[in-house]
Amino acid sequence: MSNYILEMKDIVKEFPGVRALDSVCLNIKAGEIHALVGENGAGKSTLMKVLSGVYPYGSYEGEIIIDGKPQKFSNTKESESAGIGIIYQELTLVKQMNICENIFLGNEFNSHGIIDWNKAMRETKRLLEMVGLNDSPDTKIVNLGIGKQQLVEIAKSISKNVKLLILDEPTAALNENDSENLLNIIRRFKREGISCIYISHKLKEVKAIADRITVIRDGKTIETFDNDASVSQDRIITGMVGREITQLFPRKVHTPGETLMKVKNWTVYNPEVPDKKLIDDVSFEARKGEILGLAGLMGAGRTELMMSLFGAYGEKISGEVEIEDKTVKIKEPRDAIKNGLCYLSEDRKKNGLVLMMDIKENITLASLKQIAGIKGINENEEIKVANNYVKALKIKTPSLEQKARNLSGGNQQKVVISKWLMASPKILVLDEPTRGIDVGAKNEIYNIINDLVDQGVSIIIISSELPEILGISDRILVMHEGKFTAELDWQEANQEKIMHFATGGGH
Amino acid sequence: MIENMKTEKDLDQAGKDKKALEIIKLSIKNNIRQYTMFIALIGIMIIFSMLSNVFLTPRNLSTLFLQTAHIAILACGVVLVIVSGNIDLSIGAVVGLTGAVAAILQARYGLGIAPAILITLIVGAVIGLWQGYWVAYKNVPAFIVTLAGMMICNGLLLGVTRGETTATSSTFNKIGQSYLPTLFVESTPRDMIPHDTTIIIMLVVIAAYLFFEFRNRKERISYGFDVLPKTFFFLKLALVIGLIATVFIIMALYLGLPYSILILMVIGGLYTFITTKTTFGRHVYAIGGNREAAKLSGINIKNRILMIFVSSGILGAIGGIIFTARVGSAAASAGQSMELDVIAAAIIGGTSTLGGEGTIIGAIIGALVMATLNNGMLLLDVGTTQRLIVRGLVLLAAVWIDISSRKKNN
Repeated sequence: MSNYILEMKDIVKEFPGVRALDSVCLNIKAGEIHALVGENGAGKSTLMKVLSGVYPYGSYEGEIIIDGKPQKFSNTKESESAGIGIIYQELTLVKQMNICENIFLGNEFNSHGIIDWNKAMRETKRLLEMVGLNDSPDTKIVNLGIGKQQLVEIAKSISKNVKLLILDEPTAALNENDSENLLNIIRRFKREGISCIYISHKLKEVKAIADRITVIRDGKTIETFDNDASVSQDRIITGMVGREITQLFPRKVHTPGETLMKVKNWTVYNPEVPDKKLIDDVSFEARKGEILGLAGLMGAGRTELMMSLFGAYGEKISGEVEIEDKTVKIKEPRDAIKNGLCYLSEDRKKNGLVLMMDIKENITLASLKQIAGIKGINENEEIKVANNYVKALKIKTPSLEQKARNLSGGNQQKVVISKWLMASPKILVLDEPTRGIDVGAKNEIYNIINDLVDQGVSIIIISSELPEILGISDRILVMHEGKFTAELDWQEANQEKIMHFATGGGH
Repeated sequence: MIENMKTEKDLDQAGKDKKALEIIKLSIKNNIRQYTMFIALIGIMIIFSMLSNVFLTPRNLSTLFLQTAHIAILACGVVLVIVSGNIDLSIGAVVGLTGAVAAILQARYGLGIAPAILITLIVGAVIGLWQGYWVAYKNVPAFIVTLAGMMICNGLLLGVTRGETTATSSTFNKIGQSYLPTLFVESTPRDMIPHDTTIIIMLVVIAAYLFFEFRNRKERISYGFDVLPKTFFFLKLALVIGLIATVFIIMALYLGLPYSILILMVIGGLYTFITTKTTFGRHVYAIGGNREAAKLSGINIKNRILMIFVSSGILGAIGGIIFTARVGSAAASAGQSMELDVIAAAIIGGTSTLGGEGTIIGAIIGALVMATLNNGMLLLDVGTTQRLIVRGLVLLAAVWIDISSRKKNN
């Protein structure tokens, strides 16, 4: 019984309207590397936040037992002192400080508030040796690459006598060498008795490193099994996606017309990691009257691909874009809009809406020229146009003067969609258009998309929900690490196939 | 049958009234800050009129308006700057420098008033271009750019004035000190004969106001939109006309409308038009409200920011001309820390320090609030120490009320 270092029993975590975790169980043996896999939004990160005390005891149901003792963490400090160290996808180092200052941040060796830097430096040196980093402890974080920063994070965890190290997508931003190096360090820790929960979309890595694997899907534990030679990547995928699709999608048969947009050899580098290609020599076409689905896991580069085409992201971009057989140079979003390419962002509050503006002002923001003349903006025309969209898209609001911040998620999304409809796009990119929206509004948005396709608009949809992408796309491109790994017709596509290619599997 | 019809008609009427009330409620909710500041201004005025019998005289109120004019004009420009999420600390220095340029062009180089003013405005625009370029195209924070601009302008001011005070001609000084001439009847402050030009301008303003209100109403009806019921509509007209008339009659009973107030009215009107009716204005609010969303909506942010600073520079020059004309000379110390009064006026008037929100009329009211406090306390012989402290506390309180009301609304 007590060969488990950690037992999580029947964990239930609810957010308003969503049950993110539904009786999840997870057992970790002492000294094992345990992989946690699942689709985007399956609940992995939520589970780890429960474990680390980000969601304090009382905000979830269920039990956490460490070394046989029940634990009630009310903050991350308490989970740390119980030996749990977590390293998030987004690193939490203070870039302007040096390695030593970062490792002991909030935990400084001090007497009466005066820090003993000599001791801290010596200790940092020892920790850095453990993670195989030979940089000086007074190197500033800004001068380290992402791979080394990750090692500093790990050193920081070890400094707190960690027994269980949680790594959330640790290799997402790393190149091959750094990834391999990281896996070796984890293996060494294992020999020294430190257990590890390893969360990753990269099933190849999971296969290479894990002792056991737990699969989570839709907030539930699906299965836990030993990772022996008989387990194939497709075996893991079956667990990740093996749901029945119950939701019905308004499937409409479209007849694709001529090619509207042609992208050739598109390459984009990561602005923060200059030697890493985010998009690697990608070519594709979008056709008139067709829904093109972009599938892939988080970090595959779908958003980056579309934002860079739209002129809003990336560095050292190379490649060519043709819209209606003409080569176009897009440097900024307004160039893209002029050429009929519009992009609906995945983060509507951050990138889509001006929350303090009202509905009509948000709808007309990208097309003010249409309603403004020599006498300025014609407010009556503005109301009329906005009102047409409010009616057509069934935006529920007491008034056009309602501020965008007071609308529900679904209605906010419809306002942003209206903004782009008014700009009369030829190609409309929808990035996670139904994220955080209730089922009814989702269906309305699918109907809007179908109507647009009927009008001859080319739709490109990015979605992390497999049923959604299967349900409405005519053609599906699967992305993995900045490259397309497959192009599937909707009739031949299914969840297993998409996940196979999205996790890097070959044909 | 007849009874039925009657109740139906009543119901219809009740529905209309309800709708009208909703329109009014929403309009109040969306403009709550301007209304609060306006009520606060009236409140402050009432308090001072009870404490001092000089306060409410046309003479005092006219002087008060005259003293506020340049601050209010500058506040119009800084509203755009702050709404876009930037700041302009160089206003005072620009006022000093451009004022000196205007004075020296006339005194030292013998230029006429019109060419001197034109060149001064160009100098203001160039300063704006310079600062806007660094903020928009070189991504240096506006705080730093305009702080540097303040130092540079102060240096240039010392250079062009050579540390001396340059007097300006009495014709030029009219811009800041004098009142419009009468057309038909001579009037003096004592005879209580209203100043005829002022009354004529008042009538023109009221007629223009009525014309726009009726045209808007007609257009709205032609679009098939809801309009205020007649009773509410006329009530609104009466209120606004009453307000316009009060301001003008106060001035007509003294020496009439000062040139600087006329300039303020024109600029206030122009900037209200820019902020509420133009694409440029809408872009400014969008940039301040959510820069990322504005960029992704295809707004040319760099160009917009550049233009905002050019506007601020030109208004700085206008402020400089009026201020110099009011004082009657340009000195090396002119305009010092004036930017703080200007920024305070905009913020008291409801401009959000975080950007995205603010109105021209609010900023003008804000300038009036500050000036009224100053004027009232002067009449009551309150010392400079206490006056500064009170004004500081009022600024603090205004922003605090703003922030806490915002929290409540969310």
